[in-house]
Amino acid sequence: MFKVSVYVTPKRGVADPQGAVIERALPALGHHGVTQVRVGRYLTLEVPGDDVAQVREAVDDMCRKLLANPIIEDYWFEVTPAGEGA
Amino acid sequence: MTAGRVRFGIVVFPGSNCEYDAHHALKTFPQAEPFYLWHKDHDLKDADCIILPGGFSYGDYLRAGAVARFSPIMQEVTAFAEGGGLVLGICNGFQVLTEAHLLHGALRRNRGLRFICRPQYLRVERSDTPFTRRLQVGQVIQCPISHNEGNWTAGADRLQEIEEQGLVVFRYCDAQGRVSEESNPNGSVHNVAGILNESGNVLGMMPHPERVCEELIGGTDGRSIFQSIVDHILEG
Repeated sequence: MFKVSVYVTPKRGVADPQGAVIERALPALGHHGVTQVRVGRYLTLEVPGDDVAQVREAVDDMCRKLLANPIIEDYWFEVTPAGEGA
Repeated sequence: MTAGRVRFGIVVFPGSNCEYDAHHALKTFPQAEPFYLWHKDHDLKDADCIILPGGFSYGDYLRAGAVARFSPIMQEVTAFAEGGGLVLGICNGFQVLTEAHLLHGALRRNRGLRFICRPQYLRVERSDTPFTRRLQVGQVIQCPISHNEGNWTAGADRLQEIEEQGLVVFRYCDAQGRVSEESNPNGSVHNVAGILNESGNVLGMMPHPERVCEELIGGTDGRSIFQSIVDHILEG
């Protein structure tokens, strides 16, 4: 079993309306000059398997077909054996 | 096809909410025979045209249309489309068709982050499709929009190809047919409101033609689209 963290963000060059609104709101909090605010999605999964390469391949397939839309989004992920660390 | 009648299969996903509107609108066409198809079925029941209706399939979780794309019936819908069958995706149906890669691009959240529900003018860009043969190029029709994710985009390279191939069928415009930033309700690239696939048998559009099929409810401009489909099936 592996724990997987998947990060999905709008592709570079694809307008991100949510990011733009947040960027415009930050000066109201006194944070000036903040740019490139991008809003994405963070997913955690537990994926069965013994072989990290196979799990990575499976997660990549999930990302391409469902978790992200490669036309407008980039994705990357981290795979760690379940039970490791905290 | 049953003797002079055109069978419209309206796919119902969990969370669809415009299937009754589509059914009701089609009932006003004497030659149309609308019926529902449940998303878990694997039988299109001899439909001549498939309609993917508006709504919030699977709660729009993850991305609008992303989960519906994997509904069992989408295998048959995809095969039907690849075989040349007519498929019309309206609003959420358009989103499903892009997620299923039956149409180019993707639909992002509206530029203003608001759900927009209002009448909208559209300029017709193609009249040589099965869906628009009753319309004329440059004609302005009124068709309401009602969506949160209507902000269509495609990669820069793709966009050029899409324009060169003339796949854009409808653009957001003003009453005079002017396509501009001011007449763009949601930020959609090149004011795209509806696009066709390369083979010309799959159309996706964010506006709702089924909501403008009767004077009583505010307009009849949507009738031309359904009548075009009926004519295309019956006359070839």
